[in-house]
Amino acid sequence: MKGDTSTINPLENEAIYIIREVAAQFEKPVLLFSGGKDSITLVRLAQKAFYPAKIPFPLMHIDTGHNFPETIEFRDRLVKELGLELIVRNVQDSIDQGKVKEESGKYASRNSLQTTTLLDAIEEFKFDACIGGARRDEEKARAKERIFSVRDDFGQWDEKNQRPELFDMLNGQIELGQNVRVFPISNWTELDVWSYIEKENIEIPSIYFAHTRATFLRDGLIWSSDDVVYREDDEVVEDRVVRFRTVGDMSCTAAVLSEAADIATVVDEIRNSTISERGARIDDKRSEAAMEKRKQQGYF
Amino acid sequence: MEVLKIATAGSVDDGKSTLIGRLLYDTKSLTSDKLEAIEKKSKQRGYDYLDFSLATDGLVAEREQGITIDVAHIYFSTQTKSYIIADTPGHVEYTRNMVTGASTSQAAIILIDARKGVIEQTNRHFFINNLLRVKDIIVAVNKMDLVDFSEEKYNTIKASFEALMAKRDYQEQRITFIPVSALKGDNVVNKSENMPWFKGQTLLEHLEVLKSDDIYNTGTPRFPVQYVVRPKTEEFHDFRGYAGKVYGGDLSVGDTVVALPSQTKSKIKEIFSYNELYETASRRSSVTITLEDDINVSRGDMLVKENDLPKIEKQFTATISWMDSQKLTNGSKYILQHGVNKVLAKVDQVNHKINPDYSGVDITTDTLGMNDIASVTFKLNKPIFFDAFKDHRTNGSFILIDTQSNNTVGAGFIQ
Repeated sequence: MKGDTSTINPLENEAIYIIREVAAQFEKPVLLFSGGKDSITLVRLAQKAFYPAKIPFPLMHIDTGHNFPETIEFRDRLVKELGLELIVRNVQDSIDQGKVKEESGKYASRNSLQTTTLLDAIEEFKFDACIGGARRDEEKARAKERIFSVRDDFGQWDEKNQRPELFDMLNGQIELGQNVRVFPISNWTELDVWSYIEKENIEIPSIYFAHTRATFLRDGLIWSSDDVVYREDDEVVEDRVVRFRTVGDMSCTAAVLSEAADIATVVDEIRNSTISERGARIDDKRSEAAMEKRKQQGYF
Repeated sequence: MEVLKIATAGSVDDGKSTLIGRLLYDTKSLTSDKLEAIEKKSKQRGYDYLDFSLATDGLVAEREQGITIDVAHIYFSTQTKSYIIADTPGHVEYTRNMVTGASTSQAAIILIDARKGVIEQTNRHFFINNLLRVKDIIVAVNKMDLVDFSEEKYNTIKASFEALMAKRDYQEQRITFIPVSALKGDNVVNKSENMPWFKGQTLLEHLEVLKSDDIYNTGTPRFPVQYVVRPKTEEFHDFRGYAGKVYGGDLSVGDTVVALPSQTKSKIKEIFSYNELYETASRRSSVTITLEDDINVSRGDMLVKENDLPKIEKQFTATISWMDSQKLTNGSKYILQHGVNKVLAKVDQVNHKINPDYSGVDITTDTLGMNDIASVTFKLNKPIFFDAFKDHRTNGSFILIDTQSNNTVGAGFIQ
């Protein structure tokens, strides 16, 4: 038996508390799983929250069809190993049904199309709480997001009418048709997540570590050469040793040059890094207010 | 790893965002792309210095008006601590945001513009942080560069703030004064060369040496049950664990506990954190507890030590911070959430409200509007298990939820 629990990471204590509140206050919660490090961390926290019982809600992945193959393979293996229920809904289906229109051109991405597929899935399964891995340090609009963030029937975020959150108390009272987005790792920074993954020895997809990849340069960023990523003829493909700091769509997630091949060197790299994590996400660069606008429309 | 949550309070133009930006800049927490964006924006606006406030002002509406309108969270870390700053606005209408920010913070920075000195809003900022029993307060006298770094000016401001302190309810609150220039960087992270007369620590030095006991109030252990863990697997067939967070003090294996409201006694058999067993659950940790006896405990119940019972009552008086545009009146009914427990509450009587000039002269009223702070007596449909807020910050506080809109409309601190 160990001594006392005072050495447990306070951010872990907070996140577990939040996840337990979700299971207790809602009828039909779901954990939104992207295959990225933040949602993988959420899965570990949920395991901890309910041990020795299983996680009492399913995982859901909104698949854009533009994911890194490594991510999908990892997702399926994790779900199988932990005996979890996984729901997958595809952006391609929303496109085929004519609900959204595929973007075209140089910066085409399916990132913003996910919103429609997500909202449809929430309605289909009548989910009343969606747990996500967003962090307040990622982006300025996210810095103001609550831990329990109420969305209306249209999935919209009203940033001017947010519920105050006092002490540890989380108010999950909602009307039929509304749902709550829940962010248990709101207060974690990128470094906190990486340090936690290292300490807990959590497995993550291989693309987070240095590997050789066929890439090309655009706007000073490094892009994967792949069928789903638009490339001009004069953008030359070259093999580079890279890794990814976030795992989004291939079409909007740029790589960074890195030799960090294991978790310890990745943590070191993050600690000394001078570019913020979302600096490699083109979806935020479209305009300074990009994230805020997407959030108002129901993006996660 | 230590995490310190800090609330900030200042009036519009006191330079709060600049101070936070300066903290980030001098601790090298601003990444190169963020710094570039700040440089670009500052230049666009024709400033001849870096506008650090751009590092924190988040929402479009705010950027347009140039003011912060909601609670924003900012993160940075040093070798010693991880810091989370709740940037709360100082504007007169936003008492509710300040109360919210202070409720989750263990320290607070109150900003004063050295040119203006202690103003009515300083009164409010101090009153709220004192009401919320934030244990460590730093009074940062900012814009010292605009008063020629005058020691005399600083001492005058310090003296008028000390006059406010005499009236405070929570006398044990620790208060430290620091003269700073957020814009120029004096005494924020680095010692000021312009104010050799100031012998104290810089703002960051002060924060760095704060110990857990300096910022947390200790009390008696309270364990509100959040969730009952019942695996119903072969290996854990009869397992019945109570998941929750420990508040105020520690609980150990072998402790005799009383389950409330049933008042049934049992002993703590095991303490789990994930798949590991511990001797003691320290305050503020999320654990799962099993008991020696098979007693009936469900969400909203509370485990406490046998000689340390909280009050178990259906009526009490509390200080309320009202946060909604719809008024609170005698007879209004709300859902009262106390920790993880929910009951129905009726306003028995609005006793009096705090004068917004903080003169100490109370105002008689029977309705409360947005941002009012008042003493209110409630009646509940069933008893809750509480302590006075002065003895237990967690178990002495609650929120009020509107039964129609479901919004959180008020916060309460039990007297």
